[in-house]
Amino acid sequence: MSSWIVTNVWLIPAVPLVASLIILSLANSRRKAAAGLAVFGQAIALTMSILAFLLTLQSPGFRAFHNFTWFTFGEQALRIGWVLDPLAAAMLMMITLVGLCIFVFSIGYMAADKDFSRFFAYLSFFSAAMLGVVIANSLLLLFVCWELVGLASYLLIGFWIDRPSAAAAAKKAFITTRIGDIGFFLGILWLYHSSGTLLFYDGGKGCLENGGLLLLGASATFVALLIFCGAVGKSGQFPLHVWLPDAMEGPTPVSALIHAATMVAAGVFLVARVYPLFSFGAIDGVTPSLTVVVSIGVITALMASLIALAQFDIKRILAYSTVSQLGLMMVSLGVGGVAAGIMHLIAHGFFKALLFLGAGSVIHSTHHEQDIRKMGGLRWVMPVTFLTYAIGMMNLSGVPFFFAGGWTKEEILHATGHWKLSHLPHYLMLAGVVLTALYMTRQMFYVFFGNKRAASEHAHESPRVMTMPLIVLAVCSIVLSMVLTPAWPWLHSYLSGKQPHFDVALLIQPMLFVSLVLVAAGIGVGCLIYRHAREVDPLAQAQPALFRTLENKFWLDELYDRTVVALARAAARWSDWMDRNVWDGLVRWFGGLGQSFGILTANFDERGINAGVDETTAGTRGLGRVISAWHSGQVQTYLATVAIGMLVLLILYAWLT
Amino acid sequence: MTLSILLVVSAALFCIGLLAALSRRHAIYILIGIELMLAAANLNFVAFWRFSSQPQQPTGVMVAIFSIAIAAAEAAVGLALVIAIYRHYRTTNVDKLNQLKG
Repeated sequence: MSSWIVTNVWLIPAVPLVASLIILSLANSRRKAAAGLAVFGQAIALTMSILAFLLTLQSPGFRAFHNFTWFTFGEQALRIGWVLDPLAAAMLMMITLVGLCIFVFSIGYMAADKDFSRFFAYLSFFSAAMLGVVIANSLLLLFVCWELVGLASYLLIGFWIDRPSAAAAAKKAFITTRIGDIGFFLGILWLYHSSGTLLFYDGGKGCLENGGLLLLGASATFVALLIFCGAVGKSGQFPLHVWLPDAMEGPTPVSALIHAATMVAAGVFLVARVYPLFSFGAIDGVTPSLTVVVSIGVITALMASLIALAQFDIKRILAYSTVSQLGLMMVSLGVGGVAAGIMHLIAHGFFKALLFLGAGSVIHSTHHEQDIRKMGGLRWVMPVTFLTYAIGMMNLSGVPFFFAGGWTKEEILHATGHWKLSHLPHYLMLAGVVLTALYMTRQMFYVFFGNKRAASEHAHESPRVMTMPLIVLAVCSIVLSMVLTPAWPWLHSYLSGKQPHFDVALLIQPMLFVSLVLVAAGIGVGCLIYRHAREVDPLAQAQPALFRTLENKFWLDELYDRTVVALARAAARWSDWMDRNVWDGLVRWFGGLGQSFGILTANFDERGINAGVDETTAGTRGLGRVISAWHSGQVQTYLATVAIGMLVLLILYAWLT
Repeated sequence: MTLSILLVVSAALFCIGLLAALSRRHAIYILIGIELMLAAANLNFVAFWRFSSQPQQPTGVMVAIFSIAIAAAEAAVGLALVIAIYRHYRTTNVDKLNQLKG
């Protein structure tokens, strides 16, 4: 039983992939079949994930892998495989469960879309690619699935292909993540060059085990940083975060999938997966590469939560909150709290999917209005959405006790507090907690409280197929909080391979009070500021300059436009000019050379060779004309000629003798 | 009766035949002219045989007889050609029969 699961873990991504291919081959009109297949495939993947998860519960620190040779070139065999350990199993559970909820929600949300079937094919494909990333036991296999995730996100962000903004966002997402992937790919090459293997675990010889790490030596730092480039691109970290808010152009379930279960989770997961590379040679848990991770994470988290404060698009606020939460996870990984980071990733997967689907429900009921200034007063109209959204908001803000996000955030704050290098990240993250509570409160007030505004006049509660996933996700995030408490840190122990133990005394910690105060402060200040929120943001009235800076995302997009994009454009224009004038000129010059040589030979042919042949033929023809004149056809002429000839011969004979 | 008289007669006969073959336009006259020239040649054979060193052996006369036989065959072929040509072109005027002109 156990070995069967380990050797067949690949079925988990394969089932949604096959479902996706079957849906693609179906006619576009077979909507029920498409949705059914996608949900069924995801359900099978979930079932298998549960089996795999149960297997990893057998013993603390369970790890099983199955490697095989993909192909051989020359002496070297390229081996890939899959691995099943607590990290992979927890991610599998999260992705398949959240994915299933999103799939079901999409049935309601996309009900009126003409490309319903295509949407489900892409969703299945997206899920399959992400599951592939999670189970990969080889950096190469991970990279392949990683790029498939990128492709799927491109297809889904640009799903509404007739919208130019969606096409632009899809391109932006694809190209921006590709910039990070260049670094990732170089890292893979370097890793293979130095350690000779891309397998993570290979009975002691893998690149994450002592065998590979010792071969790698000091270059581990550079390899880790290059791999981190890929994670920065995928997980929307500064400075490559610009694509993530634009990815909101896709349908809302896609945003939920990208922001919760797949894509952005991939970057954090990658860092957690290759963590031994980052922490190799650590002194007091500090390495140069981990310090870079922490710095990037801190910048991202703070910047994104500040920007989120000044956005008016309901999905953009959530997008920036995702960016900031991912920054928080990176910080956690960087300071050594791997388990805390992954726990937050999993909790975040649930509550962010919940928030996005809630936002989708709001958008659906307000007839595709996304501006929170036009909403308001929706709490009585959409009670289920409101309640579940509030749970998601509590999670995101970090309210402890009943909300998974609260416990995991506290865990991260705890980890940052114990970092040896500096306490700055710790304090900055505490400020981040206040900001998160603040902007989520702002959003809640704008959307659900206050008076009804333009878009919420005809709003209604969403159908059950959309509210059920919300309820499931809300319940999941609350149930998850049970295994996250410091008193019984089951998930933490599970991820770090220890035996959990129960101790109520641990529940009460100083950090709990600190974060309680901070969250209360954030929400309280939020209530004070936004209680009477109008069309004009109170912050914009008080601090217009600051607000404009935040609203325009620190003008980073403009900065990139002026620098990187402008540079690329200038380079493109220059190469275009070079192409048109220099290279084309060269080619034309050579062409002219050939042409004039051709004219020369043509002339020689005309004037020299042809003239000789013409002369010969003219001569032959003239001779023929002369000779043919002799052949008069008159027999008597011939006879006379013979007679005269005879006579001449006779005379000659007589004369000579 | 000397050889020279015979040769003169023969030469005269040849010249008459040649003249006939060259001057007449009718194909049959030309054939007749050719026959006359052949007869002159035959006369020469017989004359040279008669005045040779061995007039007892009939060599010359044999050649003449063969020649006459062949001439007969040739005349038959010639006449057949003339008839065929006449049927085709409705003429026997050799001036008009210039289809083999180069």
